[in-house]
Amino acid sequence: MAAPTAKDVLLKPIFDNNPIGLQILGICSALAVTTQMGTAVVMSIAVTLVTACSSAAVSLIRHRIPSSIRIIVQMVVIASLVIVVDQLLKAFLFDISKQLSVFVGLIITNCIVMGRAEGFAMKNDPKLSFLDGIGNGLGYSFILIVVAFFRELLGSGSLFGIKILPLVSDGGWYNPNGLMLLSPSAFFIIGIIIWLNRTFKPEQIEEA
Amino acid sequence: MPPKDGIANTLIVSLTLCIVCSLLVSGAAVALKPMQEKNKTLDRQKNIVSASGLGDPRQMSTKELEELFDKRVKRVLVDLESGDVVEGADAAYDPRKAMKDAALNTDIESQFDIGLAKREKQTWVYLVMGDKDEVEQVVLPIYGMGLWSTLYGYVAVDKDIRTIKGLTYYEHGETPGLGGEVENPNWKSKWVGKHIWKEDAPRDDENLMVGVAKGAPIAEKAPYMVDGLSGATITSRGVDSMLKYWFSDDGFGPYLKNLASKSEGAADGSPNS
Repeated sequence: MAAPTAKDVLLKPIFDNNPIGLQILGICSALAVTTQMGTAVVMSIAVTLVTACSSAAVSLIRHRIPSSIRIIVQMVVIASLVIVVDQLLKAFLFDISKQLSVFVGLIITNCIVMGRAEGFAMKNDPKLSFLDGIGNGLGYSFILIVVAFFRELLGSGSLFGIKILPLVSDGGWYNPNGLMLLSPSAFFIIGIIIWLNRTFKPEQIEEA
Repeated sequence: MPPKDGIANTLIVSLTLCIVCSLLVSGAAVALKPMQEKNKTLDRQKNIVSASGLGDPRQMSTKELEELFDKRVKRVLVDLESGDVVEGADAAYDPRKAMKDAALNTDIESQFDIGLAKREKQTWVYLVMGDKDEVEQVVLPIYGMGLWSTLYGYVAVDKDIRTIKGLTYYEHGETPGLGGEVENPNWKSKWVGKHIWKEDAPRDDENLMVGVAKGAPIAEKAPYMVDGLSGATITSRGVDSMLKYWFSDDGFGPYLKNLASKSEGAADGSPNS
């Protein structure tokens, strides 16, 4: 495998090797936090930061990590960063942290973070690993924000809490689609994104 | 340096990592604690202001909110069973912690099931004061199980101790758009003016009428009940039983009766012995 370049690791995960769209990782939180744009954006930033910092940290000490405890070491680094992010959110973005509730804590179990630490950061230098984390975080964010856009617009008639489509219950004409507020709708939207992605990039289709 | 995969190195790496990470985590927790506490207090104040209808907290600055709260709201610690105000209360007392503390909690045994086994013995009640230092409203903290989660909220009662002035939930994990509609301003506004007990009847459990109806309540129940949330039967049922529970003799009943007898005694002009 040729050495990856900075541009590759930063941009490839957005369309070519999207962590949700192609690797199908991190689906759980993509269902949970995408009913509103606000929470989706904050979650995206949190995951991007944690992925980038944990990859950089793991990469920094990769020559000293004994292979027998490498997964535990990665988990400790990730868990610590997630707790710090959670504390920061509670101090500075209290309302949003209340809505995100347990899902910030659950970044620890987000396969994307661990996947990048184990799959990339253990073999590459800190700078590249950091960019790789940012890139994968952006890929995750891209899907989250697209899903949240449709779910909030069609489910609540608003974006970032601002009314776009006047609801019937407030005297408008738009009858909100309740399904969009439930988790299955995120599956449909992610499915459609994967379908579109593979139609335009046939090389992503796995052999049956 | 010892070999990477040897026991010595494994111990060194794991020990160092644990120390560094625990310093990082505890450092962040300690440094940010004051801000988090402030946010929590502010959030509580916002909800009390919003339940009592004193103003719209979203359109107030933090300073305005704090000033309003300082001027108009008084906090008293109430013993639920006796209904008496506890004198010399510890300002740091946290009912949420007391709920889990065997020395400070008690079993919930009631005909109204709020889905929880324990509650605290004493809790904070917020009194909204008028210009002449008289009680205008009583804001009571309530909670109970919905579908997925415990809902925490405040209900404001008018000085007649019969009429609801507002209901608001500040913490829950119900489905957004369905059970989460307990936060919907339209639904919340339906509670304003509902009566808790049967008109002119004593404030006893058998006269307890407040609740959530399935569909629009029939005419004779309309003064007491609110239309349930569509698609959220279990959350609506939770709201129904939690209101009944907290207004019953197992909840704030004794305290509310005390308050009512005090204010009614004063209104009659009869001297209080």
